[in-house]
Amino acid sequence: MLNFIDTVGEAVAGIKDGSTVMIGGFGNAGQPFELIDALMDCGAKDLTVVNNNAGQGDQGLALLIKEGRVRKMICSFPRQSDSWHFDAKFHAGEIELELVPQGNLAERIRAAGAGIGGFFTPTGYGTTLAEGKETRLLDGKWQVFETPIHADVALIKALKADGKGNLVYRKTARNFGPIMAAAAKHTIVQVSEVVPTGSLDPENVVTPGIYVNSVVRVDSAGSNKKVA
Amino acid sequence: MSTQTSIQTSEKPLGRDELAQLVARDIVPGSFVNLGIGQPTLVSNYLTEEQNITLHTENGMLGMGPAAEGDEIDEDLINAGKIPVTELPGASYFHHADSFAIMRGGHLDICVLGAFQVSAKGDLANWHTGAPGAIPAVGGAMDLATGAKDVFVMMTLLTREGVSKLVEQCTYPLTGVGCVTRVYTDKAVFLTGPDGVTVRETFGCTFEEIQELVPMPLKKAE
Repeated sequence: MLNFIDTVGEAVAGIKDGSTVMIGGFGNAGQPFELIDALMDCGAKDLTVVNNNAGQGDQGLALLIKEGRVRKMICSFPRQSDSWHFDAKFHAGEIELELVPQGNLAERIRAAGAGIGGFFTPTGYGTTLAEGKETRLLDGKWQVFETPIHADVALIKALKADGKGNLVYRKTARNFGPIMAAAAKHTIVQVSEVVPTGSLDPENVVTPGIYVNSVVRVDSAGSNKKVA
Repeated sequence: MSTQTSIQTSEKPLGRDELAQLVARDIVPGSFVNLGIGQPTLVSNYLTEEQNITLHTENGMLGMGPAAEGDEIDEDLINAGKIPVTELPGASYFHHADSFAIMRGGHLDICVLGAFQVSAKGDLANWHTGAPGAIPAVGGAMDLATGAKDVFVMMTLLTREGVSKLVEQCTYPLTGVGCVTRVYTDKAVFLTGPDGVTVRETFGCTFEEIQELVPMPLKKAE
């Protein structure tokens, strides 16, 4: 069922301790900062977070990690020049890391949304990230078995939603949004604009509303903000 | 020149920009290309309009243009290195699974990557030094290495300590197995594959001098 919600706080209020939470975004593009801040405020802990990175600077996901609310990170690139909160938790042994090649991360999320129980891929074959996994020679290539990544909740950002929850995104801010929306049991979207049903060209809808559960309008979402 | 059929094409070793220029020249017109973060990004400076190359960035775009400046900067339009970029006419956006399907499905003609080591059989090590305490981070390196039709590596031939990075077998953790097809270095261009390593051309040294630096038998390009 689709709900339009007034505040980010109400939107994330149902997230329970121990949940697996997918968070969209690559760099700042598509990062649902306001929803992440609300998740911080709502107090949910013992979380498994799926994101490409493991937080940057002193904001968003980095703060959730700093406050010890994240038990496990599933990501492709946790090490960045400003990922000091993850670094500290990792070195202290206080956070678990499942490191996943970025394409496997995306495809495993997609598989979850598509009801696929697993797939074979050449990516990672012969590397330490495939250790212990089933391999097969298929089409003349050694391939590794990978399983889907399911989630209880996805927090994503889109540009616009219509009254049916259909979404359009903006430029490279699309990144993980569509696949996370499909993979999670409950998808919460922050948008900069809610438009009347019928005003989005059906040919241009990127995420059909069937994948969306909660929509909350946030002023800054999708804004064409300039960075310094 | 000490040999009759010299393959030395430059009197000096190539600098980073000269090497980028050479890689750019070698990219077949009409190709779809992904340039890795760091040195490979320099290649885009030397691609010509006539080559009609389409650049892919794995966060979800084909038709990426040059880095954005001033008013062009838009935080929703970045490349895989999280640098603001521009879009060219004919650009397209897609989600992350589609973007990686472009690599993993073998649709990308060439990717250009940096490396710590490349082996004689084309194994690539470029994601992790394996140093104790280092936080591992892989990003899209394994997908690019395994998925693109051709994988070009750009690197210096020697480490700061003077040890060849072209090796019999990689000692750093692998990114991909048998995936590298060409290695562009400051001193020579190597072609790698199941038949061993062939030196295509040398810069600032002879084939014989390269053979002394590299711990494996090399063939010389005809």
